[in-house]
Amino acid sequence: MLDFLSAIFAIIFNLSTLDAAVRLSTPLLLAALAGLFSERSGIFDIGLEGKMLAAAFAAGAAAGVTGSAWLGLAAGVVISIALALVHGFASITARGNQIVSGVAINFFAAGLTVLLGQAWFHQGGRTPQLGPGARFGEVDLPGADVLKDVPVIGDIYNHLVSGHNILVYAAFLAVPFSWWVLYRTRFGLRLRAVGENPAAVDTAGISVAWLRYRAVICTGILCGLAGTYLSIAQSAGFNRDMTAGRGFIALAALIFAKWKPVPAMFACLLFGMLDAVAIRLQGQAIPGVGVVPVQFFQALPYILTVILLAGFIGKAIPPKAGGVAYVKERT
Amino acid sequence: MRTITRLLVVAAMLSAFVAPAAWGAGGDVGEPAIVYSVGGKFDGSFNESAFAGVTRFKEETGSGVREFEIARDAQSLQALRSFAGHAYAPVVAIGFNQAGAVEQAAAEFPDARFAIVDMVVDAPNVASYVFKEQEGAYIAGVLAAMATKSGTIGFVGGMDIPIIRRFLCGYRQGAASVSGDVKVIANMAGDTPAAFVDPARGAELARSQIDSGADVIIQAAGGTGIGVLQAASDAGILGIGTDSNQNGLHPGRVLTSIRKRVDNAVYDSFMAVREGRFEPGIRVLGLADGGMDWVLDDNNADLVTPHMKAAADAAVAAISQGQIKVHDVVADGPCPLE
Repeated sequence: MLDFLSAIFAIIFNLSTLDAAVRLSTPLLLAALAGLFSERSGIFDIGLEGKMLAAAFAAGAAAGVTGSAWLGLAAGVVISIALALVHGFASITARGNQIVSGVAINFFAAGLTVLLGQAWFHQGGRTPQLGPGARFGEVDLPGADVLKDVPVIGDIYNHLVSGHNILVYAAFLAVPFSWWVLYRTRFGLRLRAVGENPAAVDTAGISVAWLRYRAVICTGILCGLAGTYLSIAQSAGFNRDMTAGRGFIALAALIFAKWKPVPAMFACLLFGMLDAVAIRLQGQAIPGVGVVPVQFFQALPYILTVILLAGFIGKAIPPKAGGVAYVKERT
Repeated sequence: MRTITRLLVVAAMLSAFVAPAAWGAGGDVGEPAIVYSVGGKFDGSFNESAFAGVTRFKEETGSGVREFEIARDAQSLQALRSFAGHAYAPVVAIGFNQAGAVEQAAAEFPDARFAIVDMVVDAPNVASYVFKEQEGAYIAGVLAAMATKSGTIGFVGGMDIPIIRRFLCGYRQGAASVSGDVKVIANMAGDTPAAFVDPARGAELARSQIDSGADVIIQAAGGTGIGVLQAASDAGILGIGTDSNQNGLHPGRVLTSIRKRVDNAVYDSFMAVREGRFEPGIRVLGLADGGMDWVLDDNNADLVTPHMKAAADAAVAAISQGQIKVHDVVADGPCPLE
């Protein structure tokens, strides 16, 4: 048993594992925060995956053509917002089924990215390979060199904190920012209210539709960052279906975090950590246990979420008005 | 405006569905036809290699070739039926995912001649071309073990399926033939087809192997492998490409590419019908028959020393002549080197 624990700890408290966990959790975190804004305003969004994919494609294509990572980022965010507005139109104005609309966006993005990619670049749906200038490279934070020789802190600062790309920092800064917006601003108060009791917000003379539209725009921006991270920061180009289910893991993280920003960060870090550990454990025997199938770690995020939903780890209560279109008056 | 755009997109998608059915019977009977796999003929990998075979055939014979690119597996059967119904010969399907469709079409059109590449379909009118991936992987293992300075080499596979395991086993065997001390770190990207399309995951797997000391990493992971080669190049170590020539992706950072000569298989199937020597059955192409090879070009000329080239050439000769038998996980059971 002791062997087992020490083996696990050796893997977990290893700077390269922690570093990998940060990289792997970044797209999940951005997508989970994206879902947070939408769902707290009462719009369920299972189209996170599709928006990320479309953004990844747009970013890869724009960066490939222009050679600028920033233009790629802009394209990714714009496309993602456009899709978010389509979802918004379907669920807010047209009062359609939010789940159906989300699924439609996922399919739309999966098909259209390959179709356009093939038509424009003739590489089987891939976008051109990006050079260094067209990607977000690793940024060394100030002082990383100076602190290099300080034991422990220097190592942690150098490897874990410094040396990521700019979108990683954006993702982790978005957590306190989202908290501040949701809990300390008038907009956030109203946004949360509209997800719980839209009628009350409406009675106060505030437009439910306009608030929800603004919420889905926030979702679009964050999904755009998540997709851009995948194609032009973590990789060097877009590949078909490259989101590979991350939008759904992000949703699981959001539920796991009970629709709160800071817990969402910890949930995403946990899921990223599981992934990083799974990579390092693959094919390695753990003392006392033997070889753990990788599938076990890959399924863990979902297993944990199901256990949570079954009520074993507290209770996850979704926003009360989530999934229900707001009808002002009966006609 | 948005409605019009949307209609156009829908129309474009629909046309992809109905195109094969809509072609009239005007085609020259007896010309070959080919159905590419998902990814299309410019995928820079498997399908593009098939396309190279088509191009060579067209140039040499002046004959036309009917082509179809499927966007999803479900379209395959429709395309095969249409080609077979209009008496194209042979009708060639690329990729293991078309096996079911070929089997069905072959039963429906007993007089038509089919060929499938990278999978076996047991029918009286189908020629199946498969490759000895393990032999190509052996050469990669030899070169990787000679190029490594750290004594640790890596392998990133796509979906955990027998043909990828077979590739891994050949790689291990090749490395072990150079030195028993070379350590091989192996990772599979996943258990679903998504494991072939996730470059971010490929890059992450490669980084973890680099952290563990690997300084040469081979990818056998399709689109995921693009991320592996990228991570290797970013970290200043060497990658090894597969399926098509990937040396040019990161010049000077790709040690070599292990090619699967899909082009030769396609060319051979076309020529066989043209020359009236078409025969159903299984053809297994290895190093000896030009079905697999390794690439040495301007992009990697500086990486492969004369000593390494000699060793690789010697291994190719020994395998071709049967002096070295590379273990086949699919036929011979689990890899002896785990």
